[in-house]
Amino acid sequence: MKRYSGFSLLKNALSYHENWQKVWRNPTPKKDYDVIIVGGGGHGLATAYYLAKIHGITNVAVVEKGYLGGGNTARNTTIIRSNYLWDEAAQLYELSLKLWEGLSQELNYNVMFSQRGVLNLGHNLQDMRDIERRVNANRLNGIDGEVVTPQRIKEIAPLINISPDSRYPILGASWQPRGGTARHDAVAWGYARGADALGVDMIQQTEVTGIRRKDGAVVGVETSNGFIGARKVACVTAGNSGVVAAMAGLRLPVESRPLQALVSEPIKPCLDTVVMSNAVHGYISQSDKGDLVIGAGVDSYNGYGQRGSFHVVEHTVQAICELFPAFSRVSMNRQWGGIVDTCPDACPIISKTSVDGLYFNCGWGTGGFKATPGSGYVFADTVANDRPHPLAEAFNLDRFNTGALIDEHGAAGVAH
Amino acid sequence: MLLIYCPNCLEYREEEEFSYGGEAHIARPLNPETLSDAQWADYLFFRTNPRGIHHEMWYHATGCRRYFNATRNTVTYEILETYQVGTQPQITGTEA
Repeated sequence: MKRYSGFSLLKNALSYHENWQKVWRNPTPKKDYDVIIVGGGGHGLATAYYLAKIHGITNVAVVEKGYLGGGNTARNTTIIRSNYLWDEAAQLYELSLKLWEGLSQELNYNVMFSQRGVLNLGHNLQDMRDIERRVNANRLNGIDGEVVTPQRIKEIAPLINISPDSRYPILGASWQPRGGTARHDAVAWGYARGADALGVDMIQQTEVTGIRRKDGAVVGVETSNGFIGARKVACVTAGNSGVVAAMAGLRLPVESRPLQALVSEPIKPCLDTVVMSNAVHGYISQSDKGDLVIGAGVDSYNGYGQRGSFHVVEHTVQAICELFPAFSRVSMNRQWGGIVDTCPDACPIISKTSVDGLYFNCGWGTGGFKATPGSGYVFADTVANDRPHPLAEAFNLDRFNTGALIDEHGAAGVAH
Repeated sequence: MLLIYCPNCLEYREEEEFSYGGEAHIARPLNPETLSDAQWADYLFFRTNPRGIHHEMWYHATGCRRYFNATRNTVTYEILETYQVGTQPQITGTEA
């Protein structure tokens, strides 16, 4: 892999940028792999990268039915934060945030991680009680956070309406300065490039149609391009997790729901932070190219259609106009939906299964993007050592039997 | 926006009048004290979540305020039928 640098940019400029090395190979699949990762999104590619980088397992294939990073990785609103309430979740997301902080250097790929801070607004007394509790819990876990007043919110985001006369007045917020956004595609591409350089095969346009087992253990996957053997199969298929699990005769406690987002026309820089509100249900940031990135709520019904109902979008835009009256004249450019797999406790499943050599990393619901590096890190460790990573232990599939749920509906309250 | 035919009100109404009730035909266990943890978990948390035909409950919140069932395709979102709670669907199977 040729490293990117200021020098390489200059050098390639001299040849009109026509001689850049391909970012990854396009190999024909081998007959057998040590590990097959089903799903070439951010989490799957991160898993592949850490498997090769940390655990030295390079005989790995990532099998993707479409193109790399074309599912939820391409459809989210790129918000990154780690202010979760419970210890288990907070530690997992904080590991991820710490990895984000060094990711561009680690991958030699600019993921445009911008720590512009995240505000979670409170609009009533109970919101504020929850926010104070969560911020205190965060600080005990070594995660930055503070409770801020409406005046301070106004300083951070001057366009926001903090009038006490508004329909849902803003009483305060939690503020995590280390939170922010990143470039969603770059994360997938950076991990893919890094993994490819370490010998991982990216098998695109190949859909897994079955998981072949023998004597209770995995032996490989059936794909649209034939059978590929593997000692271990790691499924990271987000919205389609239930469908993939069914291929191995497993049931998962996830339901797949449409989650929508939209972007406006590009406007001049006016919002240099991320603002989220559980109560009025909207969240917004401004991308580097100027469009307002707005996330809508999750649709109430199960669906796989990668689109949702219009009234959900309408409701979100109402919330945004309530928070930022100045945005009422901005036109929306595009709207889309992705399919998220939601768990009953709004926490992911990172787990071995009852089938030997079959692992699942799913159920990230509405907020998986922020966890991309951490998810890949602990999942790679889990797959490599055939036992849960210490931070993944609490997120096993068995917690639904024992009742040891990790209820993060509060911290994950806004679908994002 | 889904247009949903309420089998009680006998009208097509917009989705906003309804709320979603999740998978239908899940009966509460009659002998809860004999159930294992895994059986409870299955009743409480595990759902079929199919890609294709799905039988599900809807609640007509601003209409008759009653639950009913619907058979819906989770890929096209087409509602194939709505029917009363306690009755069986006409359309079954997994593919649309």
